[in-house]
Amino acid sequence: MQNHRTFGPRGLVFLAVLLAAAALVPASSLLTPAGSALHLSTYAVTLVGKYLCYALLALSLDLVWGYCGILCLGQGAFFALGGYAMGMYLMRQIGARGSYANPDLPDFMVFLNYHSLPWTWWGFSSFPYAVLMALAVPGALALVFGYFAFRSRVTGVYLSIITQALTYALLLAFFRNEMGFGGNNGLTDFKDILGHDVRSDGTRAALFATSCVALALGYVVAAAVTGSKFGQVTVAIRDAESRVRFLGYRVEHYKTLVFTLSAMMAGMAGALYVPQVGIINPGEFAPANSIEAVIWVAVGGRGTLVGAALGAVLVNWGKTYFTGAFPEYWLFLLGGLFVLVTLFLPQGILGLVDRLTARRRPGPPAERPVAPEEQVLPRPVAE
Amino acid sequence: MTDPVLTSSLLYLDDVRVSFDGYKALRGLSLVLAPNEMRAIIGPNGAGKTTMMDVITGKTRPDEGTVFFGGSVDLTKRDEAEIAELGIGRKFQKPTVFENHSVDTNVALALKAPRGAFATLFGRAARDAREKVDGILRRIRLWDHRARRAGDLSHGQKQWLEIGMLLAQDPKLLLVDEPVAGMTDSETATTAELLREIARDHAVVVVEHDMAFVRDLGVKVTVLHEGAVLAEGPLDRVSADPRVVEVYLGR
Repeated sequence: MQNHRTFGPRGLVFLAVLLAAAALVPASSLLTPAGSALHLSTYAVTLVGKYLCYALLALSLDLVWGYCGILCLGQGAFFALGGYAMGMYLMRQIGARGSYANPDLPDFMVFLNYHSLPWTWWGFSSFPYAVLMALAVPGALALVFGYFAFRSRVTGVYLSIITQALTYALLLAFFRNEMGFGGNNGLTDFKDILGHDVRSDGTRAALFATSCVALALGYVVAAAVTGSKFGQVTVAIRDAESRVRFLGYRVEHYKTLVFTLSAMMAGMAGALYVPQVGIINPGEFAPANSIEAVIWVAVGGRGTLVGAALGAVLVNWGKTYFTGAFPEYWLFLLGGLFVLVTLFLPQGILGLVDRLTARRRPGPPAERPVAPEEQVLPRPVAE
Repeated sequence: MTDPVLTSSLLYLDDVRVSFDGYKALRGLSLVLAPNEMRAIIGPNGAGKTTMMDVITGKTRPDEGTVFFGGSVDLTKRDEAEIAELGIGRKFQKPTVFENHSVDTNVALALKAPRGAFATLFGRAARDAREKVDGILRRIRLWDHRARRAGDLSHGQKQWLEIGMLLAQDPKLLLVDEPVAGMTDSETATTAELLREIARDHAVVVVEHDMAFVRDLGVKVTVLHEGAVLAEGPLDRVSADPRVVEVYLGR
């Protein structure tokens, strides 16, 4: 019925850029000499790789917020859970190389007098299991939380507040040593991933390429979902929820499904983030992180997917620059940016681009405004 | 006028009572609608017209009373989505369409088809969907506007679009709340024509304030007052009823 061109020209450019970056950036980092103009330092590769994880987080948020009207202020919780799953795998890879040289228990467990591995850690020496958990744990949490919230018809600001409470509750829980996830310090001192040193240039380059591919895949999935009839229904829910319900759709099922999918994407982003930054701790659950993600999406353009990813990269690039150059002003700048975008760019950067290009090109004939007399006196059509 | 029995009636409301925080919105409302019947419901503000629709569509649960659909289905035990699937469509007072979707997508989303989340995620549109949508677009006089964003339609066109979405659901019963509010005279006349067309093969309940419009429909009228039926019959007879005159003019 409507545009089933799933990606559109903008999406194809986005995918092309990501796949090109996945090939060229590692090549530039590994194959060119350090002094060359084409050389990218491992520091730069890791930094951009981190931005790409944020972009995937933003994409996941745009899927629920931009396309289903669910303003989740706890998206960072799913990201952090995915991160913890990967962190646990990386901890298990340390083996006997920790400070206490215990082959079975990570250092913090030895320090806290654990005698055996808690059941929550079982299986995490397997990489596929860790990846599965990075998807399944955030997904299961979103499924259960979403099902109850949406079934009770919690919407709007109330839903935003309870998602915020969710991430805050997890923050407090993960701070506790008794949880068995490293408490305040979290998980760090990672050594190997799949048998390769996490700090080596080659691993960094591979993680970067994987982040590009994951973001591209995330985009393909999100675009396919939003381009399907399912996606039309979620947009309809965003715009007129009760109308959708009176048409016979189970709104709570749609919301729960899109929320779960989005949480899994956020979990994958967290799982890719942790080996690149080398640490995961409860700070990742901080509500401020989730709110920052909302700002990225708003800046890039809510409901555009590509814009969300773009916003995440741009705002974080700005953050890296400003926190280096004027560290004390960064938060003011971020707040100011959000106010400015809300006031002057309600559709974000991509919305602005659309408006500027639409001005230059006349719209397709079907969308021309209809003359007033046509509107008042429609021609009756015989059946 | 024949007295319809429970099993043959499409919609059967008996002694329905609803109160909100002590305010009695419906006080013993009873109403029987035959299959393919068209009925106009009139009544002053606060008479309980919208609450009655809320009860029928599952938005509000009655405190007491019986609501049966198709002779056997107890509507008080179902929620909105189930009732919609049973074949009751509802048009809101304020036109409610999916503003960011095109006109034809609005109709397509309403089209009778599997409603499950997985069905819409992985399923493909039925082969005859396009034809059905096109037929409805012609019927509601929006064929020329099919590619426009629904939010850009005029008020009257949005009302028609919403009626079209009801048709696409292919319900047995349509509940239409104030379809001509805010319409021009010519739009009102077109809407009356449209509803009469629809009433040929659907049962329709129209709630309306506009007396000229109700006269135009030329159907049996039920007058609600303070949450119960005050009078029922042809418009000429009910408007001559002294109690109805009192309710409308005595205020």
